[in-house]
Amino acid sequence: MKPAEFHQRDRLWHPPAHHPNYKTSVSRSPRQALLSLEGSLSEITGPTFGHNDIDPIDNDLIRNFAKSGDPVGERIIVHGRVLDENRRPVPRTLVEIWQANASGRYRHKKDTYLGALDPNFGGCGRTLTDETGYYFFRTIKPGAYPWRNWINNWRPAHIHVSVFGSAFSQRLITQMYFEGDPLIAQCPIVQTIPDPRAIDQLIAPLDMNAAIPLDCLAYRFDIVLRGRRSTLFENRLEGN
Amino acid sequence: MPQPLDYLKETPSQTAGPYVHIGLAPGAAGFQIYGRELGHEIAAPEVPGERIRVEGVVFDGTGAPVRDAMIEVWQADAAGIHPHPEDPRHADCAPGFRGWGRVIPDFETGLWAFDTIKPGVVAGRMGRPLAPHISLWIVARGINIGLATRMYFDDEDNSADPVLALIEQVHRRGTLIARKTAPGLYRFDIRLQGEGETVFLDV
Ligand SMILES: [Fe+3]
Repeated sequence: MKPAEFHQRDRLWHPPAHHPNYKTSVSRSPRQALLSLEGSLSEITGPTFGHNDIDPIDNDLIRNFAKSGDPVGERIIVHGRVLDENRRPVPRTLVEIWQANASGRYRHKKDTYLGALDPNFGGCGRTLTDETGYYFFRTIKPGAYPWRNWINNWRPAHIHVSVFGSAFSQRLITQMYFEGDPLIAQCPIVQTIPDPRAIDQLIAPLDMNAAIPLDCLAYRFDIVLRGRRSTLFENRLEGN
Repeated sequence: MPQPLDYLKETPSQTAGPYVHIGLAPGAAGFQIYGRELGHEIAAPEVPGERIRVEGVVFDGTGAPVRDAMIEVWQADAAGIHPHPEDPRHADCAPGFRGWGRVIPDFETGLWAFDTIKPGVVAGRMGRPLAPHISLWIVARGINIGLATRMYFDDEDNSADPVLALIEQVHRRGTLIARKTAPGLYRFDIRLQGEGETVFLDV
């Protein structure tokens, strides 16, 4: 591969750092403008992962923490492809997810919600995309949960998703929502995203073709990372 | 009507939330699930270079420590080589050097630390070398899109670094420079907002 830069990130498509309706962002958002850089080796490279890093069971959240049986809740598959903005698959990239259980409770020492913990559900998984950028997880549909923002805010059911891509400048963390959830329209975190078309990109449709009859439903979630220019560095890297 | 352009849009970011540790560092969340957690070792013991520790606190705009953050670091080895196929010299990268790590603050104090080797000078554009630096990426509850920055070292020659030179307000350049506080120990505080706000990068 030859060094080429990535497309400029469309900062107007992403949520702004500061959004008054998501209260925690008020004191955690930079006020100064970001310093825009042309890509250098430090950004067009990034960590790589292989099958030595993970175990095959890591993508099965129904089994990867089970102690005495299966976790409670609606059994689902979450699957899709990781592509770049040029529609090219992103192979061998690490996808990590985490989520609440069916009661809306996280297995985290800081979560004190009264929803019950499930002894058979850890709530995290990870996998590598294959050569076509495809990934899948098996899990339990997470429950909605309340959070302190306005006093009656509830997060829609969601799965947190972390993806690397091939370069540190493609690094992305986002959240996947479920088709048809009425809480999406009310969520201050979702609504930090200004463009409704961008919000739609985070809503996974029910995918009956991938459901396993008599076993589990399926949702499809494709992820798009920054694409790269087809032109090389105009100013060559020293040592190239 | 011109032809439509056939690009996809990047998936929009959402905050990593308060429970990012479950997914990316479950040990910190309070449980063991994976055979091996990722991001614990940036440079294996056999990797050549000066062993250093970097510590600091992320502060919010009110001066309070951000105790639920997750920081990722990415850096070159002591010879300035990244373990990645697009680094032209990657075949010579030190064996056992991963260059990447995950850093979790103490949930009570917000103090974080990581151990690594000091990176070397990295080849930059137009033949202008980049002074030794470590790239950092910070996510947390309340951070809608991960914040990228860089850490330089106060005992290196940073005078010709092209990125520091781009910072128009000269007094802000210091926000990217870690202070040596003891042999092998550097301090790098990150201020998300307000007085002394760290320079964040759009890379
Ligand atoms: Fe959540």
